[in-house]
Amino acid sequence: MPAPPCLAFEGLTKAYGGTRAVDDVTLAIPGGQFVALVGQSGSGKSTLLKTINRLIVPDAGRVTIDGADVGDGPAPHLRRRIGYVFQNVGLFPHLTVAENIAMPQRIGGAPVDVGGRLDQVELPHDLADRSPAQLSGGQRQRVGIARALAGEAKLLLMDEPFGALDPVTRDALGRRVRGLHDELGLTTILVTHDIAEALLLADRVLVMDAGRIVADATPAELLAGKGGPVADALVAVPREQARALAAIEGGG
Amino acid sequence: MSDAFTRIPDLLSAHVLLSLSALALGIVIALPLAVWSARHPAVARVALGLASLVQTIPALALLALFYPLLLATGGALPALGFLPALLALTLYAVLPILRNGVTGLTGLDPAVIEAADGVGMTRAQRLRLVEAPLVAPIVMAGIRTAAVWTIGAATLSTTVGAASLGDLIFAGLQTQNWSLVLVGCIAAAGLAMAVDLILAAVEHGLAKRRRWQVRGAIVALVAGIALALAPLWAAGGAGTVTVGAKGFSEQYILAKLIGDRLDAAGYRVRYREGLGSAVAFEALASGDIDVYVDYSGTLWTNQMQRKDVPPRAAIVRGVTDWARREHGVRLLGSLGFENAYAFAMRGDRARVLGIASIADLARAAPRLRLGTDVEFLERPEWRSVRDAYGLRFAAANAYHPTFMYRALSSGRADVIPAFSSDGRIAADRLTVLADPKGALPGYDAVLLLSPARAGDAKFAAALRPLIGAIPVETMREANLQVDRDTDKQSPEAAARWLAGRLRRPPASP
Repeated sequence: MPAPPCLAFEGLTKAYGGTRAVDDVTLAIPGGQFVALVGQSGSGKSTLLKTINRLIVPDAGRVTIDGADVGDGPAPHLRRRIGYVFQNVGLFPHLTVAENIAMPQRIGGAPVDVGGRLDQVELPHDLADRSPAQLSGGQRQRVGIARALAGEAKLLLMDEPFGALDPVTRDALGRRVRGLHDELGLTTILVTHDIAEALLLADRVLVMDAGRIVADATPAELLAGKGGPVADALVAVPREQARALAAIEGGG
Repeated sequence: MSDAFTRIPDLLSAHVLLSLSALALGIVIALPLAVWSARHPAVARVALGLASLVQTIPALALLALFYPLLLATGGALPALGFLPALLALTLYAVLPILRNGVTGLTGLDPAVIEAADGVGMTRAQRLRLVEAPLVAPIVMAGIRTAAVWTIGAATLSTTVGAASLGDLIFAGLQTQNWSLVLVGCIAAAGLAMAVDLILAAVEHGLAKRRRWQVRGAIVALVAGIALALAPLWAAGGAGTVTVGAKGFSEQYILAKLIGDRLDAAGYRVRYREGLGSAVAFEALASGDIDVYVDYSGTLWTNQMQRKDVPPRAAIVRGVTDWARREHGVRLLGSLGFENAYAFAMRGDRARVLGIASIADLARAAPRLRLGTDVEFLERPEWRSVRDAYGLRFAAANAYHPTFMYRALSSGRADVIPAFSSDGRIAADRLTVLADPKGALPGYDAVLLLSPARAGDAKFAAALRPLIGAIPVETMREANLQVDRDTDKQSPEAAARWLAGRLRRPPASP
C-alpha cells in the first residue's frame, strides 16, 4: 500500500472583492492524518479545502502534495488522484448508482470494483441499478463517498459531507468514514461547522476564523482549554450540552 | 385539378429536403454556439441577441434579403433557388435550439457540475458524459420548435425559386383555385405535425431515458425522410426536365402546354412555378430550369438594361443575340402573341374623363389612383413611361395581379398596367390606352432554352411546333378560362384546350 500523501500550504491567500476568505495560511499536514477544519460559515474553511483540488485558484501562495505544486499540470489529472465529497453530493442523475461509482474508470482510470466499493460504504448490492433519485439522503452520500474513493485516491477531501443528514445517519456515516480512513491508509481533511463531530472523528482540529487558522490542536488539547479563545467558545457549546444531558439523566 | 395533385410527391420531396437540410444545418450551428454561449455570458448576449433579431424579420423578407447578399458574391454562389432558401431557413432554425441549449446548460444543478469537475473530468468529458445527456431533452424541445417553424416558413421559398409545397399555395392564390391553396396548406401542416410528433417521441424518450424509444423514433424519422425523398431519386437522370413559370395564369398555362409536349416526347417533366421575373431568367441561365416563356421587352429592359425602344422584331433579335452570347441561352422563337404592359381603365370611366391615350391620362393622373402588380413600380418600363409622359398619380397601390383587376372593377383603382394578352381586358370591357410616344417596348412571348438544352435537338423539335402558333386572341381566351369567376378551368385544362387550337406552322418555302 502506498504511503498516504502529505500536504502543505505555503502563504496561501484568496480574496473575494475586498474580503480575504483565506489570509496567508501556512500549514503542514503529515500523511495519514485525519484533520478536521472547523469554523463558522464564512471563516474560509471551504475555500481553503478547494484550493487543494484546484476548484478554487489562490491569489497568492501554493499548495503542495508530497512536495509537488498542485498547480503544475492539468487540473483533471490532479483531481483524479483526490477523492472529493461535498454536502450536495452531486450524483449524476442520469446514471445508475453503479455507473456513478464507476465514473473514475469511464474517464480514464483503472477498472472499478463496484461491488467492493458498495461494501466499503455498507450499501446492499441490489442498489447498484437504482437511479440516484430512488435513494435516501444517507444512501446518496454513501454513494458519493464510494465514487470519491473508486479512483484509488489516497487523499480524501470532505466539505460538510454530513451537513444535510439526520443525526443518526450522520453519526453512522462519520464512523464509517473514520473506519475507511484507517483501513485504506488515507490522508483526510474534513470541513465541518460541528465541533463535536470534529472532536470525535479527527486526530487534529484546525479552527479557522476570518481566513486565518486560530487554533491547531488535538481534540484532547482543545477540550483541555489549550486552543485559545475562539476554540474555547466553540468547544464550550457541546460541553455544556453534554453536561445538561448528564444532569437530566442523573436527575431522572 | 387532379393533375395538380400528382405534383404533391415531388413538391413534398423538395419541401422535406429543404426544410430538414435547414434544420440539420441549424442544429450544427446552434449546438456549438450554445456550448460556447453557456460558458461565456458575453457570447450568449451577442448570440441570443442576433438570433432574436433574425426572428423579428418576417420570413419572406429574410428570404428576399439573401438574394442581394448572394448576388454580391459575383456569381460564385447561386443567388436563387435552393441556396438562399436554405440559408434563410437555417437562420430561422437557430434561435429556438440555441435558446434552449443555453437555458439548459446554464440551468444545470451546480452540484452536478462541481461533482463532474471534482471527479476529474476534462471539459470535453463533462460535456459528453454529463451536460449533453442532461440537456438533451430541453434541446430536443428546441429542435421541435425549429422543425415546425422551418417547415412552415419553407412554403415561402417558392418566391426565391426553390420548390416547396408553397408552389401549390402560390399557384392556387394566383389562379384563385382555393382547393389548391388548401391542399398546399394541409400538406405543409401535416408534414409539420408528423415531424413534430416523431421528435416529441425522441424528446420523451430522452427525458425518460428510454433508449429503445429514442432509437425507434429516429428510425421512423429516417424512414419517413427516405420515403419522402424517394421521388427525388426517381427524378434523377438526364431524362428529367424542369419547366419554369412565373406567377400568373398565362405562365401556368404555357408551362403545362410545354410540359405536355415534352412528356409526349418521352421526357419526365417537373415544374417550377411562381418564379419572380428576375428569378426566372437566372434560374434558366443557371440550369435550375430547362425551359420557360419570357417576354422580349422584359428581358430587354430588365436584364439587358436597355433604355431605347426599337421595333418589336429588333428587340427579339437583340434579346436572341444577347442571351446566346452572355448566357448560352437559346431563344427558340416567338410564340406568336405579345403580352405587353398596357394602361387600362374601366370603359365608362375613360369615356367620362375623356381619356384615350397615356398622354390624356397624364393630364388627369394627379386626381387618379394607380393599381399595379407587385413588381411594376420597380421596373424600368414604369420609369420610362412615367418620364416620357410626366405621369404623376394621386396614389399607387400594388396588388397580386388577380386582385389588381378586382381593384379596378371595384373602383379602388382608376387605372392599371394590364397585360395585353389578358382575357379580362375584353371580359371586363376595359379601355386600353394608346402609347403615342412608344415608351413601352414590345413584349413578344419567346421560348427560352437553358444552356444545357440549347443543343438538344430532340428537345427543340418537341417544342418547335409552338413557335408562331399562338395568336393573341387564342391566348386571351385560354387566360380567361382560368381567370374568370364562373366555370373556372385549371391551367392544365386550359393548356389542353390551347393545344387543340395551335395555328399550323407556315409551310416551309
